[in-house]
Amino acid sequence: MSKKMHIQMTVNGEEQEFLAEPRELLIHTLRERLNITGPHIGCETSHCGACTVTINGKSVKSCTMFVAQANGAEVTTIEGLGNPDSLHVLQEAFKEHHGLQCGFCTPGMITRASKLLEENPTPSEEEVRFGMAGNICRCTGYQNIVKSILAAAEELNSAKEAAQ
Amino acid sequence: MPKDHGIGASPKRREDVRFLTGAGNYTDDINVYGQTYVHFLRSDVAHGTINSVDTGAAAGMPGVVRIFTGADFEGVGGLPCGWQVTDKHGEAMKEPGHPVLAQGKVRHVGDPIAAVVAESLEEARNAAEAIEVDITELPAVVDMKSALEAGSTKVHDDLSDNLCYDWQFGSDQAAVDEAFANAAHVTTLDLRNNRLVANPMEPRVALGDYNRANDESTLYTTSQNPHVIRLLMGAFVLGLPEHKLRVVAPDVGGGFGTKIFHYAEEAFVTFASRQINRPVKWTSTRSEAFMSDAHGRDHVTTIELALDADNNFTGLRTDTHANMGAYLSTFASSVPTWLHGTLMAGNYKTPAVQVNVKAVFTNTVAVDAYRGAGRPEATFQLERLVDKAARELGVDPIALRRQNFITEFPYATPVAVEYDTGNYHATMDTLESMIDREGFAARRAESASRGKLRGLGVNCYIEACGIAPSNLVGQLGARAGLYDAATVRVNATGSISVMVGAHSHGQGHETVFPQVVAEMLGIDEGMVDIVHGDSSKIPFGMGTYGSRSLAVCGSAMVRATEKIINKAKKIAAHLLEASEADIELKDGQFSVAGTDKSVAWGDVTLAAYVPHNYPLEDIEPGLEETAFYDPANFTYPSGAYACEVEVDPETGKVTVLDFAAADDFGNVVNPMIVEGQVHGGLAQGIGQALLENCAYDENGQLLSASYMDYAMPRADDVPYYKVDHSNVTPCTHNPLGVKGCGEAGAIGSPPALVNAVLDALNAAGHDIGHIDMPLSPSRVWSAING
Repeated sequence: MSKKMHIQMTVNGEEQEFLAEPRELLIHTLRERLNITGPHIGCETSHCGACTVTINGKSVKSCTMFVAQANGAEVTTIEGLGNPDSLHVLQEAFKEHHGLQCGFCTPGMITRASKLLEENPTPSEEEVRFGMAGNICRCTGYQNIVKSILAAAEELNSAKEAAQ
Repeated sequence: MPKDHGIGASPKRREDVRFLTGAGNYTDDINVYGQTYVHFLRSDVAHGTINSVDTGAAAGMPGVVRIFTGADFEGVGGLPCGWQVTDKHGEAMKEPGHPVLAQGKVRHVGDPIAAVVAESLEEARNAAEAIEVDITELPAVVDMKSALEAGSTKVHDDLSDNLCYDWQFGSDQAAVDEAFANAAHVTTLDLRNNRLVANPMEPRVALGDYNRANDESTLYTTSQNPHVIRLLMGAFVLGLPEHKLRVVAPDVGGGFGTKIFHYAEEAFVTFASRQINRPVKWTSTRSEAFMSDAHGRDHVTTIELALDADNNFTGLRTDTHANMGAYLSTFASSVPTWLHGTLMAGNYKTPAVQVNVKAVFTNTVAVDAYRGAGRPEATFQLERLVDKAARELGVDPIALRRQNFITEFPYATPVAVEYDTGNYHATMDTLESMIDREGFAARRAESASRGKLRGLGVNCYIEACGIAPSNLVGQLGARAGLYDAATVRVNATGSISVMVGAHSHGQGHETVFPQVVAEMLGIDEGMVDIVHGDSSKIPFGMGTYGSRSLAVCGSAMVRATEKIINKAKKIAAHLLEASEADIELKDGQFSVAGTDKSVAWGDVTLAAYVPHNYPLEDIEPGLEETAFYDPANFTYPSGAYACEVEVDPETGKVTVLDFAAADDFGNVVNPMIVEGQVHGGLAQGIGQALLENCAYDENGQLLSASYMDYAMPRADDVPYYKVDHSNVTPCTHNPLGVKGCGEAGAIGSPPALVNAVLDALNAAGHDIGHIDMPLSPSRVWSAING
């Protein structure tokens, strides 16, 4: 048993402080300690992306990050992107274009897509496929996920244009 | 104008908001007070005798609540197989025991030896490392053909050999022999249908929660069919009566067949929770999933086609070895037989068809149904064979198929099924209109200018969904009925809960089923919800697999809704002081034909629950009806698929450029969802053909046990699919005329892809009869370079 460490982080805008073993995995912190169950565990080896969250502005697979590495970080999960009364543009687009079936990969998929569209606000279909290749979906065959992300990009860009 | 509600419309899915916002309630999201955690210590050898399991040191480790071994399960039942196959000599298949925890021997890598229940998962894992297991390793049986050789090591010592059954089916021997003796041409093909792991994104989870106060056990589990689990586990394994056992399958993150079966971990957590009087939770890791989830496919086949001088198919015979793994999983025995042999005629009027299947035990994880289950294996053999025949004969592969299509329905095949309806030329016409065949030569030349080889492959498929009727499948060995059930509960204010036996784990039932009920009643879809996945809330149900949900459970729902309408009309007639025969229901209004007298849906439902002005002497108050529906036949979706690929001859890498699918699913309730099902099936079929392979070494070590070693399609591995379901020949024997769409994509796509790669290579001057899936760069490169 290693010594517990004092951890502080901001998750979805809320300050969190607790003691944890440094080896605790961030996904377990989120799911079990903070009861944030949107991010899921699909593979434990960083291959499937079901656990994807945003840490300090970057997409991270939280199943292979120690909580100690996230000390002091700003963490956003699917719960921080939108809620049933106010869906994020990507959440709306996934609904509109049937971009999900069983829903298990969806939180990671959308969290990743939100960063992809910041990295590249006008992606081509090919760039979306490449940019999402770290997230596995076993249900949709990806077609409607790609469609959803392209539609969300368009929506975000026209909103931006309208604002200018 | 497309419809915006009811049957044929594509309303957005109502289940989406919870999944989109992280509010899905999957089994691993459920935690109960006082919960303990179990870690299974699993065999790391494929075959061995257990000399001893010493848990003494582990039992004293921090947090350990109790450690269980096989000895704790003596007197407890084993995991049952739900289908008894009778072999060609009239003998019952061999059915070895399958204990919850290994007893005496381990028979595959991953076989559970001991289970540590502790206060935390970490403590359970730490203690498991302190268990001392003494195993004498035995030679492992991995290859099916050597498993059947005389003197081979036996997976089960109490059986005479490793042959589970030797099954023969179809036309009689003389008819088949005659077809081959008189053939102008015979095409032969040896192939393997690669072993796959379904890999739903949500690993399996089971949480057992025993309530001593009422002696009731609840099992929360990742299941496609909670009632089936309740029956199998209750009646066959633990001896618990159904009324003391509740099985809940909440949101389930994909199944694809692998969550049909009753697994040891479900029985364990239910059993252990009763023993320690605390809840016990198990969450599979992904590596555990690879060595404990039932695998799929793994057939090795020789198939032969006889043709006459005019290229008519005259005979077909197949000889398949089907891997069962070390134990018989719940429906394992039915997959290579009744779900495979019965589809061997395909879309063709071949008069003599014979299917031979040897099912074999090996020291590998059990193999059972995976998306398509038997039908992809049948389709792959047949459609690869027909393509090879076309090449050998120098004829167009589409023309050869068309020439041999079944065109008259109903059609009784030589393999015991009767196709009720279909139009194979129409789907092929549609397919041809989707793929620009005329432009292919130019596209091939363009690829060649870049040093790439372009190929086009096509295939047809037929599948059988909604396996039935129960009395027939009972004669064939099924130990279950294959009906389904629905209860339509109309509330006083007119809203409706429909309790359905089907389970939705991605298929969108929560959206689709209300479309049907609302259309029948002429009310708003928002007034109808379905309830599924909880044995305490639903009358009964056989669950979701084999693309049966709408065809079977949806039919039960239609029947129950018809009963509701009949009763509601009686109430309306009373309220309107009219004859029941004159009452019409339209747009949620009951009216007297030819008059302007009417009452609304809500008036009738309120009267049913507040029966002040009500024909109490004729009918009971309340408005709730249940129907069980047992289909008269399978349904037979069919279609034609095409794939265009580019092969890099330098590396052997295959790129899928284009994929087109033309399906006949009968009537379609929600086109958006149907298309999504096809997309997903195509990706899994492309995965099988190109990427996926579950590999064992000769010692039975599982080589692909993580996502690092088992490749599945990612977004940049698959093309933008073209799909069409405009050809509709409605099913003739269910009330909605639906056929099922969940498996088609996975059944129809592998042969098209392999045919396309061989077309690319052979058009470039190679002479390659077949390459086994997956068509990895090394396999393709090796085929090119001899």
